[in-house]
Order: sequence, then C-alpha cells, then structure tokens
Amino acid sequence: MDLPGARGALSAAVISTLTSAGGTPAAAVEVAGHAIRRSPDVLLDDDVQLALFVLDELFYRGFSDVADEWEWDPGLLAVRAVLEEAFESALRERVVVPGGIRAERGAIADALFAMTAPGPGPSVARHVAKRATLEQLREFLIHRSVYQLKEADPHTWAIPRLEGRAKAALVEIQADEYGGGAPDRMHAELFARTMRGAGLDSRYGAYVEQVPAVTLAAVNVMSLFGLHRRWRGAVAGHLAAFEMTSSMPNRLYGDGFRRHGFGADTTWYFDEHVEADAVHEQIAGRELAGGLAEQEPELAPDILFGAASGLLLDDLVACHVLPAWKSGRTSLRVP
Amino acid sequence: MTGRSDDDVTSRRDRTRPTIVTCPDGPILVRGDVQIVDDMGSIVPRRRTTVALCRCGASTIKPYCDGTHKAIGFSAP
Ligand code: FES
Ligand SMILES: [Fe+2]
Ligand SMILES: [Fe+2]
Repeated sequence: MDLPGARGALSAAVISTLTSAGGTPAAAVEVAGHAIRRSPDVLLDDDVQLALFVLDELFYRGFSDVADEWEWDPGLLAVRAVLEEAFESALRERVVVPGGIRAERGAIADALFAMTAPGPGPSVARHVAKRATLEQLREFLIHRSVYQLKEADPHTWAIPRLEGRAKAALVEIQADEYGGGAPDRMHAELFARTMRGAGLDSRYGAYVEQVPAVTLAAVNVMSLFGLHRRWRGAVAGHLAAFEMTSSMPNRLYGDGFRRHGFGADTTWYFDEHVEADAVHEQIAGRELAGGLAEQEPELAPDILFGAASGLLLDDLVACHVLPAWKSGRTSLRVP
Repeated sequence: MTGRSDDDVTSRRDRTRPTIVTCPDGPILVRGDVQIVDDMGSIVPRRRTTVALCRCGASTIKPYCDGTHKAIGFSAP
C-alpha cells in the first residue's frame, strides 16, 4: 500500500522518516511525547493513531517505496513504545474488566460470553440491516476494510507464544479464517469480493486515507496485542470477544446488502461468518481463552482486558458512525 | 511397502476419529470424518473441518448453529 498522508506533526515525522535515506531523527521520540501530552484523547487522535498504524504496518505488508529494514529500526521502535504506552494507559482508564473471575476454563468462557451478550442498544448491525443507504453500506465496508483485508493476521502472531490446548485451538480457528488451505476462501479474500461487489476498490489499504482515528484505533489495538508476547492473554481474549460478537451481526449485515439487491456472491463473506463464528466462538471461549487461563492462570486478567478493549473500541466506532449516519453526514474523513 | 509401524497407522486413524463435544448451553461441536445427512438422506454440505450443530432449535441455518441460542437464553438439559 501507499504511505498515507500525515494528520499532524507526529505522523508527518514518522512518514518523512520512512521516505528519508538517513535513520530516525533523535527528536522523533520527543515529537511523540509532545503529541501524547497535548492530545485530549489518544484513542480518537488522528495524528497519534495514524502514526501508530504506520509503524505497525511495517510488520504486516509494509508500504511501497519504503525499505523493509525500517521494521526493526531502533529509533522507530522507541517512538512506537511511547505511543503504545499512552494507548495502553488510555485503555486501562476506560475499559471495564469484570472482577473475581477464577482462572478456570468454564469461568473464563462464561465471563466472556456474559461480557459479549447481545444488548438492546443501538447497533451498527441493526442500522445496516434496516435503514442504511447504499452509500452507508459502502462506508461500512470502507471502515471494516482496514482490518478485514488482513483478517486474522494480528492474532496469528500469538501462535508461537502458546502451547498445548490453547495453541491447538488458535490454529484450528485461524486455519478456518485462512480458508482451510483454499486461497479464494480466505476470509480476507471473501471480504475483498464483497467490496468489489459493492463497487469498491479491494486493494489492501486502499481506504486508509478515508478512515477516522477511531477506526484505526480498533485495528491498532489488535496489533498492540499481537506484536507483544506479554500480551498473548489479551490476544486470546480479544479474539474470543470478536468471535462472540460476530454471528448475529453478520446475519444483519447480509440482510442489509440483500435489502439493496446484492446477490450471494457479495453477501458470501457475511453468510460464511454466521456459520463460521458460531464455531469459532466456542473454540475461542473454551479452548483458547479458557484453556490458556488454566495453563497460565496469571494471564486471566489480560484475557478479560483484551476482550474488554476490543468491545470498547467497537462501541467507540459505533458512537462515531451512527450519529453521523443518523444526521445524514458521512462517517468518513472529510479532507 | 513402507517401513511404517503399526503404531503410526493407529495414531493416524486416531487423528480422523470423530469427536463430538457438547458445549454448555450451546451447540454440539463435531470434528473428524463424519457425514451429516438430513431427514431425507441427502448429505448436508459441510464447508469446514469443525462444525457446530444447533442444539437449541432456533438457528436460521439448521442443522448448523448461528449463535441464536445466546439470544433466546437456551439452557441445555
Ligand atoms: S445451538 Fe446455537 S443456534 Fe441453536
Ligand atoms: Fe473470519
Ligand atoms: Fe472467526
């Protein structure tokens, strides 16, 4: 993908470093610290979230015309550490983690199912099913594309950090996410197909420029957990919460696209997830998260924190998108 | 002939031996070499290695589970 345009002094410093010949300027860490101090809310800060997104992307597919060596550049890693620390404390301040949960398989799975229980409140899925305009359906896909075109990748990083039952469970889920060996059935590829069906550009990263900070933050939290071994518990919890809040919403997403006359080829991605994630949520809750809590009981709070962080960011995305749509505005960035 | 021992053959067979797991208040997970057949004897397409069969009766994609058991508060006997 192409490097996105800067959204402030920090992302400008990161982006210009990546296109320069020299190393990271020593001042970059100070620029990062300054950006954090003056930010009212790093979760919704375009400059901070874009900078973090760009630094993380070096570990996925990278950017065209940016040297691969930047991935492990000590200067950039130092900048990333400043941003991650601020990101983590913002999450710690906001996230509500249920207390008194035993590090036992059934107790962890029950806690995760309780945290993700469907509520009656306003939801993006219900809006998509019943009311969304064609333009809003496209916006919905654009927001989701930033993650869905690399679906499953951040959680995959945890595989070598797990063992036994929890590892087998994660591999079982991820193998299904990656199409069970068939490239055209990979979930990321099914999503690309849906985008093309809706008349959108399905190339990786094509819409990063258009999504707001909160959409980037929802992806960045997965990279934060996936890139650090110490966050393996959070990866398990995040994935479990993701799977547990997927089957029913995906049925509603599919309904929204059918309502606008799209056929089975375009709704395949959603239909696939109604069935797949009803399987994945069981494996993720009991075998992966529950299994890991029994293997490493000290990770139980991280498992719940990972789940709660994902749910918080989902809520923040909904709080951004729904009011915009209800008042007839775009939920995308207006340059 | 290969030099494979009986032990290897047994463990290979074990790997595809079907397992059925009942999830508390949820579906039945089926793994392994099992054919799912409907009332009329026709084979139900199976698109993944591990499938979840609906146990609550409320799924919209029966015989598979679609998570509806959570919305109806299904409690397994
Ligand atoms: S058991 Fe899940 S929908 Fe019936
Ligand atoms: Fe998926
Ligand atoms: Fe899934």
